[in-house]
Amino acid sequence: MTATQETQTSQAMTPLAAGFHDPVHDAQACFRAVMNAMARPGTRQSLDIAGLTPPAPLTSVAAALALTLLDYDTPVWLDKPLMASEAVKAFLRFHTGAPIVNEPVEAAFALVANPGQMIPLASFNQGSAEYPDRSATVILLGQGFGAARTATPAVTLTGPGIQDSTAFPVGPVPPVFWEQVAANSRQFPRGIDLIFAGAAEIAALPRSTRILPTEV
Amino acid sequence: MTDTARIPESLHEQGEYNFAYLDEQTKRMIRRAILKGIAIPGYQVPFASREMPMPYGWGTGGVQVTAAILGRSDCLKMIDQGSDDTTNAVSLRGFFEKTAGVRTTCETAEASIIQTRHRIPEKDLREDQILVFQVPIPEPLRFLEPRETETRKMHALEDYGLMHVKLYEDIAKNGHIATTYAYPVKVNDRYVMDPSPTPKFDNPKIDRMAALQLYGAGREKRIYAIPPYTKVKSLDFEDYPFEIQKFDKPCGLCGAENVYLDEVILDDKGGRMFVCSDSDYCEERRADGHLGPMAADPAAARVGNTRTGETIR
Ligand SMILES: [Zn+2]
Repeated sequence: MTATQETQTSQAMTPLAAGFHDPVHDAQACFRAVMNAMARPGTRQSLDIAGLTPPAPLTSVAAALALTLLDYDTPVWLDKPLMASEAVKAFLRFHTGAPIVNEPVEAAFALVANPGQMIPLASFNQGSAEYPDRSATVILLGQGFGAARTATPAVTLTGPGIQDSTAFPVGPVPPVFWEQVAANSRQFPRGIDLIFAGAAEIAALPRSTRILPTEV
Repeated sequence: MTDTARIPESLHEQGEYNFAYLDEQTKRMIRRAILKGIAIPGYQVPFASREMPMPYGWGTGGVQVTAAILGRSDCLKMIDQGSDDTTNAVSLRGFFEKTAGVRTTCETAEASIIQTRHRIPEKDLREDQILVFQVPIPEPLRFLEPRETETRKMHALEDYGLMHVKLYEDIAKNGHIATTYAYPVKVNDRYVMDPSPTPKFDNPKIDRMAALQLYGAGREKRIYAIPPYTKVKSLDFEDYPFEIQKFDKPCGLCGAENVYLDEVILDDKGGRMFVCSDSDYCEERRADGHLGPMAADPAAARVGNTRTGETIR
């Protein structure tokens, strides 16, 4: 028996964490939370993730998002901590069938378990002028919402889905992150869309959202 | 709309379909398209439209969007030309009652999802409501440029000169912009969009609407969206500003003014009246004691009665 076969055997003996208890209705509820988040940028939408215990560093909320949005048609890119976990890859492959890709630019979705160290947003597929919808959606894990839980100061958002403007305290994100987000929205209609996955809540920033300069 | 276009009753009894008819793979694909549509307001996202157990023209695009977003706790309202009682609205309502078992209603305020063809309810929609449009022709430039490759380029370059030329020719010929339905709008200062065959009377309602708007075109395989509070401007010219239709009479039954009215024939002697196109709005006003100039007329009263098919109330 080769080493590879041995690894595969030992993995096969590890019980795979379960997916949605009720695939139809759990996915629907999760999708509505994502849709509301995307339609109202910066708002927090709660997610019922009862029963999901995916292998770390995949979180329950991120697992729910993956089960809801990914399938054979959506190549997914994982950051280093996720890519390093055979259990995470097995979970995603088994439950979603999504091909795991090595190149960020090939991905329809990206999962980032260590957002503080994330690669530039420009690394992902930005879509084309004629097909801006073909861009990536990047999901940041382990996010906290509210001023007390974030290291960075809140940014102020404006644009479609926002009545006037709204403060968006979220983190952790890399120091240059908001500059990248602002640059992302300047190239509208091209650009990536962001989903922030917390412990039981999500928020989203579509490319259409503009970042207002923050008063210090 | 012929009888052969009816949704086969037997389908509802087979019990072999998934919740809300569509399979989960199809729902995921449509959901992803909806998310991209929301992220790019007014841009038409291509999607792999499925065969539905009803003909195109019956709102298969809207039905697929509704089926992809619908949950067990939703309450659904179906309107066609402002009415909940047309064959189309009744059939589609029945389709979701049977395939999803959800509650349905005719009352605008009660619905969490409203699927519509041709009209937007008179009552202001709320943040917790979703308006789904059935769209026959999603491409506002299609009548000016039949080639998809070309219209796609125009949208990419934000080159809407042709559309302005068309509207200006309208003015030259008629003295005003003659388009009264599917009047083109610009969404979020970027994409020119067709608000589906709604009368232009309803265009101001889609500007900064509190509810999320989703548009589905089944035959043309396109989904697009307008997030809440998004700026939507009807195209016009400085010297010919956009104007909505004005009705010089109030609704004959409920007396409402500044609403969209339909002309109704009362008898074979040429008797006619104008009534609210939004039948739920009209009924609620009458229930609240509002009376129009024709309310006492027996023939007119017959027009305004009966409401069938909803599961609650
Ligand atoms: Zn009326």
